[in-house]
Amino acid sequence: MIRLSIPLRQALARLSLPLMIAAAFGVMLLGKADALLAERLRSHLSDALSPIYAALAEPMAAIRSAAEEVRGLATLREENAQLREENERLRHWHATALALETENELLRRQLNFLPEAAPAFVTARVVADGGGTYARAVLLATGPQHAIRKGQVALDERGFVGRVTEVGSRSARVLLATDMNSRIPVTLEQSRARAVMAGSNGARPRLAHWPEGVIPVEGERVVTSAEAGAFPAGLPVGVVRLSPQGVPEVELFARLDRLDAVRLFDYGLRGILPPESVARPEPRQGRR
Amino acid sequence: MAMPPARRPQGRPAPAPGLLRRIDAFARFAFPGFSTAFLMVLAAAPVSLPSPVFAVALPCVAFWSVFRPAAMTPPIVLLLGLLLDLLTLAPLGVSVLVLLAVHALALRLRRFLARQSFLMVWLAFCLAGLGAAALFWGLQALLSLRLPPFAPALHAAMLAAGFYPAIALVLTRVHEAMLQAENAP
Repeated sequence: MIRLSIPLRQALARLSLPLMIAAAFGVMLLGKADALLAERLRSHLSDALSPIYAALAEPMAAIRSAAEEVRGLATLREENAQLREENERLRHWHATALALETENELLRRQLNFLPEAAPAFVTARVVADGGGTYARAVLLATGPQHAIRKGQVALDERGFVGRVTEVGSRSARVLLATDMNSRIPVTLEQSRARAVMAGSNGARPRLAHWPEGVIPVEGERVVTSAEAGAFPAGLPVGVVRLSPQGVPEVELFARLDRLDAVRLFDYGLRGILPPESVARPEPRQGRR
Repeated sequence: MAMPPARRPQGRPAPAPGLLRRIDAFARFAFPGFSTAFLMVLAAAPVSLPSPVFAVALPCVAFWSVFRPAAMTPPIVLLLGLLLDLLTLAPLGVSVLVLLAVHALALRLRRFLARQSFLMVWLAFCLAGLGAAALFWGLQALLSLRLPPFAPALHAAMLAAGFYPAIALVLTRVHEAMLQAENAP
């Protein structure tokens, strides 16, 4: 340390605080005048400090995981009881399912029922939505050699999406169930009533043409119907919702606004649309 | 307590300051500043908590200003304030002024505070912290020309008040150890 006489040192000490306060105001002015200065200094500082934080990250993560572990242990007991109860319930359902399966088997054998073949499907990525003739349609990218045909059924991981309307050499267009031109024959699952689900370009297609004496109930499940030979029966479509005006609509299971990939099922059905019989898209998709 | 570290009891010729002794004295001189800076850097570590940098810096600066002003000089406070400004996203210079104000206040009151019990010092610190938060908020409002929400400043003041006992406990131990080392023959 530099040796200074005591009075000088005291004077310096007395002077340094006002000086530093003046310097603080200076820094404030500097920061106000050059707005980028602080950013630059901050980035330099974080560059210098990042090794420290990187070294700290490991023990921090260890501590955090230990805390998580402790919390997990605390909830383990409760979770265990819950799981046990759930397991009991599932066991019950499992038993029921097994019983039903054997019964089903038995009945089928007695009825000489022809089982349906498991459908083949391909998965294709959605690359664009909109475009083409329809307001609600998506374009799929397919490989150069694909077996996609017009009229195949598109489903996402939750439910019915639409039908293939155009097939190119590397792409295919799927008309969504919400499009104005879409008409899908459906069955209301509880009443077993047939109806037609007509798209309206909105988020929820409307139900139409249900038989007299049946009223679509809010929350009723809607599945496809095998009528007209265009779809297999029983594909999940959505649930009935009543609009504020009391019009029955279908809330689709499929998330049509965020389609990433769809599965195209080949059920070997050739109803309504003879494959490749018309060059341009059909104005009507279903039968009224 | 406020004795500069170089002065020794009368009646004994001061030994020539050897290298080790000088390193020792320098370590004692540098410890408050460096430990505060280190604590601030640690507090600024990106964890999922609200950043307690201000709440860590304030007790350290106040404690050392009261009990060891020779090692917490205004230039050191200025540097700590700059570090605080850069670690937090405050406008440049605001924390510098706040820390200097706390330092000046502590210097003014240190003769009184050093004789009080811990509880009184804590109470005084709480008031000072509240004032510092208010000053911080006011300067921020002045520099950005709009009213920032007052709640974060209040939280920081409360956090600082809550941190003070823990920090002071450790720092008191360190300070006592330093005093012992200085008074040892």
